[in-house]
Amino acid sequence: MTAINQRIEITFETLLESVDLAESIVMRVAEASGFDDDDIHKIGMAVREGVINAYNYGNQQDRAKKIRMTVELEPEKMIVRVMDQGKGFEMTEIPDPLAEENLLRTSGRGLFLMRAFMDDFTVRHAPGGGAELVMTKNLPPPVSGNGRHKSE
Amino acid sequence: MALQGTTREIGEIAIVDFSGKITLGEGSAMLRQTIRGLVEQGRRKILINLYDVDYIDSSGIGELVSAFTTVRSASGELKLLNLTRRVHDILQITRLFTVFDVQSDEEAALTSFR
Repeated sequence: MTAINQRIEITFETLLESVDLAESIVMRVAEASGFDDDDIHKIGMAVREGVINAYNYGNQQDRAKKIRMTVELEPEKMIVRVMDQGKGFEMTEIPDPLAEENLLRTSGRGLFLMRAFMDDFTVRHAPGGGAELVMTKNLPPPVSGNGRHKSE
Repeated sequence: MALQGTTREIGEIAIVDFSGKITLGEGSAMLRQTIRGLVEQGRRKILINLYDVDYIDSSGIGELVSAFTTVRSASGELKLLNLTRRVHDILQITRLFTVFDVQSDEEAALTSFR
């Protein structure tokens, strides 16, 4: 049997409303893919943080810029990419939010939460500039017999 | 659900019962305005009851930290009460349990204020 990969691509306006919209779309895809409630919550929150990052820091709330999101379903994993049109950044530039001296900072936890809630998280420079956040969550094991993914 | 907050007063202590999501936008702004308002009214002992807050994002976490530092800067105390599992987990992985005094019983929380 040949596995079929599926892919969704959406372009969002740089608006606060795009944060909720992106989160709700990804949560629906995650639910349909067989993730349990906790994982659906974590995937939704990671994507929410990714789009907040693009909205606030990447595009700096510039309405002329766009936020692009792709969701790919592979046989074993779900991959979400969030791309902005900012300057891009390196993870090494980001202060550790768990360091004692940063605990009382009022921002800077979004990237940490994305990493905590997904199985893999990387930051790249998107083609043409900007940051590309790549978040991967492994699909739950399939229920024996029907080949469908189902959480415990 | 948009964040809603109701303030009760028991002696010197202001208890704010929050319900809804504390997220970027209205939720975070509502939390900020509520706490700043109480501090401006002279309140220095504030208990934030999160019994019905099942969702908080990084912006909401930042706002809780901001509330904590605002009250502390005014020589006051801010404590958290009745965390839901998800809020509890977020505060745990972000190490903010080492910052906040987190209580699970209102009576005990009230007597814990100096």
